[in-house]
Amino acid sequence: MRHRVAMASPLYSLPGAPAPETAAPATVPAAAPPRTIGEVLAQSQAGAVIDELDAALVGLAPVKARIRDIAALLVVDRLRLAIGLEAQTPSLHMCFTGNPGTGKTTVAMRIAEILHRLGYVRKGHLVAVTRDDLVGQYIGHTAPKTKEVLKKAMGGVLFIDEAYYLYRPENERDYGQEAIEILLQVMENQRDDLVVILAGYRERMEAFFRSNPGMRSRIAHHIDFPDYEPGDLLRIASLMLEAQHYRLDDGARAAFEEYLARRIRQPHFANARSVRNALDRARLRQASRLFAEPDRAWTAADLTTITAADIRASRVFADPPPAG
Amino acid sequence: MMTNPTGRLTQGQFSFLPDLTDAEIGLQVEYGLGRGYAWSVEYTDDPHPRNTYWEMFGMPMFDLKDAAGVLLELRSCRQTFPDHYIRLVAFDSTRGIESVAMSFIVQRPRREPGFSLSREEGPGRTLRYTIRGHEGDKPEGERYRE
Repeated sequence: MRHRVAMASPLYSLPGAPAPETAAPATVPAAAPPRTIGEVLAQSQAGAVIDELDAALVGLAPVKARIRDIAALLVVDRLRLAIGLEAQTPSLHMCFTGNPGTGKTTVAMRIAEILHRLGYVRKGHLVAVTRDDLVGQYIGHTAPKTKEVLKKAMGGVLFIDEAYYLYRPENERDYGQEAIEILLQVMENQRDDLVVILAGYRERMEAFFRSNPGMRSRIAHHIDFPDYEPGDLLRIASLMLEAQHYRLDDGARAAFEEYLARRIRQPHFANARSVRNALDRARLRQASRLFAEPDRAWTAADLTTITAADIRASRVFADPPPAG
Repeated sequence: MMTNPTGRLTQGQFSFLPDLTDAEIGLQVEYGLGRGYAWSVEYTDDPHPRNTYWEMFGMPMFDLKDAAGVLLELRSCRQTFPDHYIRLVAFDSTRGIESVAMSFIVQRPRREPGFSLSREEGPGRTLRYTIRGHEGDKPEGERYRE
């Protein structure tokens, strides 16, 4: 009869007692290490997100090029890792500068997804905050508040909109500085847990970085969002309307082109955001046009079409036409 | 007979196991977050079995997505209280449950002298029992010091 060694050792162990020899846990047979870029993309499905980014976002060529560069670096790092080359986690903190409505928040959301697919952030959620969420109102309020936001963003992307408001040079006792220091510390020490994206207008972000050189040096990617061309804005408008099951008829399209030409010259033009607002107002006018005839039966085409009259009723057309 | 041969405090989950590593703690936290629990860090130097409410280290952490945030808080608690007991507590806010769903010790002092049972004789030879911590007789702040 064979002596059964296994029965002699108990299945439990007492803390402090020498641990019984246990067999190394069987390693789960991982998928074969990727050898080509295509395999990494197929395994992570990051390619789909990048393609989607290309399709869903109009214009923004430099931004897309930069994101593709970052994604390429991450994919190549994966390949290097697969053959055993040490790949240090690259610093992925970014700064988005650009005028209002150029798609900074939208791109940040896509970036979160791409980084998640490539496995550089664990959860891939986006936490969007502004100064109010980070900076407290009295002494000792700022640190817990900032830390709470940072903890919520762990495993994802922290998007700080209008980040330059964090630093107020005119008030030397402003608590913003404290928030910046905590932010810097976490950005440096927990690069694996969190990606920080700062966003804001170009000139003011420049001023912010001049007064916080530590912040500038910790951010590897400075991406500038250019303004949209009128043609891009028109494409954005049709994408927005398509998503809401509306369409412009031919007259309305011409009217909207003219509207954009006028609106761009006016102050406070906010690119895609202005387009969305203009379309929302056009939808209101279309609705009240239909509402004015309560007894008429409207067809599907009527309900979905925005006509030239809906656009031309805008206040923008009330002003004299642009000179030159 | 010794009732607690290892001389370790056994409260909450995993207390008969060797101490969890940070990676294992992370996995447990991750599991709790997946079920929608809110984690919080608590500490005490008076782990009497009837001391249910330990000191809170900061607020409970709601809306977290990843264990890194809880571990960050745990590390700063360990730094502040190197000789205290620290535990992680998961609160389930589901209506009808609204109570602690998980709780386990994540730091112990190096020396755990444990508790003693004292007996008090009453009228008619009745016995009343009470549990006293060997370390609990010291003033607060001096317990579990080497």
